[in-house]
Amino acid sequence: MSAAVARSTLLRSLLLTVLGGAGLWLLSVLFSSYNDLQLASGAFFFIVLAGLTVLIGVNGQISLGHGGLMAVGAYTVALLIGRQNWALVPALLAAAAAAAVIGIALGAAASRLRGPYLAGATLAFAVGLPGLADKFPGTFGGENGLTINPPTPPSVLGSSFPLERWEAWIAGAGALVAFFVLYNLLHSGTGRKLRAVRDDEIAASLCGMHVARTQTLTFVISAACAGLGGGMLAVVLQLAQPGAFPLQLSLSLLTAVVLGGLGSLAGAVWGAALLVLLPGWTNDAAHSFSLSQNVSANLQLAVYGVVLIGAMLVWPSGVQGGIRAIRGRIKPIERRAT
Amino acid sequence: MTKFIDLTLNGISTGAIYAAVALALVLIWRATRIVNFAQGGMLMLTTFIASAVINSTGSYVAGFLVALASGLLLGALVEVILIRRVEQAPPLNAVIVALGLLVLLQATAGMIWGNTPRSFPAAFSIRGYRVGGTRLLFAPNDTFILLAVIAVALSLAILFRATSLGLRMRAAAFQPEVARLLGVRVGRMFTLGWALAAVVGSLAGVLVAPSVFVGPNNFDPILIFGFTAAVLGGLDSPLGAVVGGLALGLVLSYVSGYEGSSMVTLAALAVLIVVLMGRPTGLFPAARERRV
Amino acid sequence: MRFTTAVAAVAAIGALTAAGCGSSSSSGSSSAPGVTATSITFGTHQPLTGPAAPGYSEIAVASQAYFNYVNAHGGVFGRKIHLIIKDDAYNPANTVNVVHQLVLQSNVFGIFEGLGTPTHTKVVGFLNASKVPDLFVASGCPCWDNGSSQPFTFGWQPNYTIEGKILGQYIKQHFAGQKVGVLYQNDDFGQGGLAGIKDEVPASDIVSTQPYESGTTTLAPEITALKTSGAKILVDFTVPIYTAIGQLTSFTLGWKPQLVISSVGIDPITVGGLLKAVSKGKASGTGLIEGAITDGYLPSNTDTSNPWIQLFMKVHAQYDPSAPFDGNVEYGMANGYTLVQALEAAGKNLTRQGLIDAINSHGGSWTGPGIVPYRYSSSDHGGFAGAELARVQGGKIVEFGGPLTTDPTATGAISPFTGTQPAPPASGIPSS
Repeated sequence: MSAAVARSTLLRSLLLTVLGGAGLWLLSVLFSSYNDLQLASGAFFFIVLAGLTVLIGVNGQISLGHGGLMAVGAYTVALLIGRQNWALVPALLAAAAAAAVIGIALGAAASRLRGPYLAGATLAFAVGLPGLADKFPGTFGGENGLTINPPTPPSVLGSSFPLERWEAWIAGAGALVAFFVLYNLLHSGTGRKLRAVRDDEIAASLCGMHVARTQTLTFVISAACAGLGGGMLAVVLQLAQPGAFPLQLSLSLLTAVVLGGLGSLAGAVWGAALLVLLPGWTNDAAHSFSLSQNVSANLQLAVYGVVLIGAMLVWPSGVQGGIRAIRGRIKPIERRAT
Repeated sequence: MTKFIDLTLNGISTGAIYAAVALALVLIWRATRIVNFAQGGMLMLTTFIASAVINSTGSYVAGFLVALASGLLLGALVEVILIRRVEQAPPLNAVIVALGLLVLLQATAGMIWGNTPRSFPAAFSIRGYRVGGTRLLFAPNDTFILLAVIAVALSLAILFRATSLGLRMRAAAFQPEVARLLGVRVGRMFTLGWALAAVVGSLAGVLVAPSVFVGPNNFDPILIFGFTAAVLGGLDSPLGAVVGGLALGLVLSYVSGYEGSSMVTLAALAVLIVVLMGRPTGLFPAARERRV
Repeated sequence: MRFTTAVAAVAAIGALTAAGCGSSSSSGSSSAPGVTATSITFGTHQPLTGPAAPGYSEIAVASQAYFNYVNAHGGVFGRKIHLIIKDDAYNPANTVNVVHQLVLQSNVFGIFEGLGTPTHTKVVGFLNASKVPDLFVASGCPCWDNGSSQPFTFGWQPNYTIEGKILGQYIKQHFAGQKVGVLYQNDDFGQGGLAGIKDEVPASDIVSTQPYESGTTTLAPEITALKTSGAKILVDFTVPIYTAIGQLTSFTLGWKPQLVISSVGIDPITVGGLLKAVSKGKASGTGLIEGAITDGYLPSNTDTSNPWIQLFMKVHAQYDPSAPFDGNVEYGMANGYTLVQALEAAGKNLTRQGLIDAINSHGGSWTGPGIVPYRYSSSDHGGFAGAELARVQGGKIVEFGGPLTTDPTATGAISPFTGTQPAPPASGIPSS
């Protein structure tokens, strides 16, 4: 049985997905309402980060614009559920699709650009896109954006089922689907193609791979993830607004992906956890000294900056890289002991 | 017609600022192949220091010189203490370190000087030149900004093309191992590159501060457009930075004047995409290798 | 991703989250969480950092200073007021997060002075559904006015449209027939103010309306458009930074229209501070806004003969000395005074519904630092009913003409308010 699991990617991914689902369900039941909201946030960030780490870590491109793609997904969901009364799942799929369409355009541009030029183009996208909300305030609601009604838990769960837990279930389900799809992708021939293009474009094209097409495809996949994550954000926080997708968000996504460990889905999990938990930790750390409000508010940011710098200096491969390094050191000891 | 003239003049004066920031980014890129996302934080800090000096001594010149000197020192310190350690790591690590430094600098400035923006004096009069019966949207101070930026661009171009120091800096950036073998002090070249770039950034900060005021977050939009201008012009070319900056300033000014300010950031995106599709490494690319 | 890593990851995150939720929650009964025999806890969301922080970050701190003053004199029915201030950096995603944290984890009794329209509109639904008092929102949007659909939410400052109408009426009466240009921020603040101006000033007189996006670094295109339109009156619905930037551009162009500036963007200390250093004294301090018409609903913060200002300056000197005594600090303290009034009116047996009922029943008749009455009733939860006109004289705001009240509708008349502002109680704390 375990040999079959080891050989078949599909079985392995199914097993991991089921186990992950059980774990998330358990956490959502044990957690309080606010922590369930944090769990939901971590889940939708995981979806975005998973796509982003595939783009950056596995395919070697860069994007500073994934916040903008999240905005596309969020506004799609807000418009479809809020104005057109679509159901939840079709709206989320539409959000991923809308972002994927934008991803085709961005990806085609991206396949021609490298390094800082790609970074600059995606940054301009992240900064420019929210301007559409102000240009067409009738459709997009201007500065105040759009609100949607919270998703109501189905009546089978009882009338006092906490809304936050239901949101955690929705977002968690989306995260599991994204994990399943991406895990199979990364362990397939296509995954190897992505890595080949990252490692050496010229050699890859000599082997018959269409480099530009592969890069565009990767961009589309990561855009779809960002759109789905953004759509989840709209469902969990019930908003779609330009102020929720500043450039800061795109930079935070990049930071989280690198800190968590580039190129692996486990790294995306750590990154999502960091995105959700780090602001609270730095806030508590700053407030443990009783200073004036202004100083402690800025102190929280200073601590965050120090953490970013320190983490890069101490763990250049991120959290997952650090874990691998520890496991690498334990293995030889185990072998020697037997 | 006056509207077009005023928009053109506004575009030139804002474009000169974007060019100044772009020059600092180009300098660091040519010297160390890193994009310095902390440039905005560094120039914000040196401008705050200059503001404090001007407030206590009353002398603009003293503040100006202190800004440049503190920029030199800050750039060198950042390279030696932080960037040196990530130069061998994947390039994204340097980006994250720079982002962390940006947040840290903004938070530190907020803690020391508070969040309220403060006023900063201009070097020269800001009353527009009088032509015919009206005043133009261009003042002696804007002339000073434009000339200063052009002077810096020319100095950088001469430095890199015509001096042996510039040659050593470029060698250290492109082929550090070979350069070391040939006797170039690579580490020192990197530090010098960052220090010089910080000086250029400090100059940009002092030039733009009178119109955007000095505060922890007040320079962020300038940085975003400065980076866009650098990419537009080509990260390897000081001339490209100036052309990119001025072009971007003009386009954004016209869009803001004829279409409304909500289209400005989209216009920047459109300009960038259009240029990069035609020339993927900017308007003035470095020499390309032959594609086999 | 290995099996063990997957399990470890999920378990670790669970443990870390559980460990991270360490903030203490104040105890209390289910109808009155956040209330004990000795304390009441409120929460607020404010932009303490980020581009929206300048000025606004002083407000909640000033409210807290007033609460510290009240606590030092025995509190309200023996309970000390605590205010938990959370930073949302003006990002509504953060606002949703911190408000959930305040309500669900810190168990606050209510939310007080939540700042910002784009931010606060995203938590109004949650707060009303959870029946959490959402008091005295720091925004002039009409979004908070509807007491029937949002029974737990109350506004405080005068509606932007009310302000626009009062300023517009002044323009109609004193600058009839002259060309008017409007520079306004492209959000509910500017749009609401413009709507009020349009309600009063004849459409033929308004020759140019120029919106700008918050975050822009230059107003040159807008100011040049206004100048070339021939406007002799410039109405500014701008925040202080953009009031200052607009004035610098006007100075460069040599354009000196009659200024009419919203109370939001007029504070002479803030605007003067931003204009101080430019051009070596030629365009310094408040010189560029001297003679501007504005409005105010609180006594001018430079009027040291006013007993309310004397009270607030006393509180400021003792509990918030590092901030300048400007409009933001006065706002925070005045709003804090109103909260204490509400708590006194609710009585010793404090419940959430009881507090709401107290404001509905008595709020309309309260007197305090405001120079106009409140509009509070069970159907109308808007704040102050109007303002008084004012002028910048000698760098200070001097009010004139008497307070005026109106409503935010296009046809609502503007009428003078004849009541006088009473002096504050001797203790500086409202009585029950």
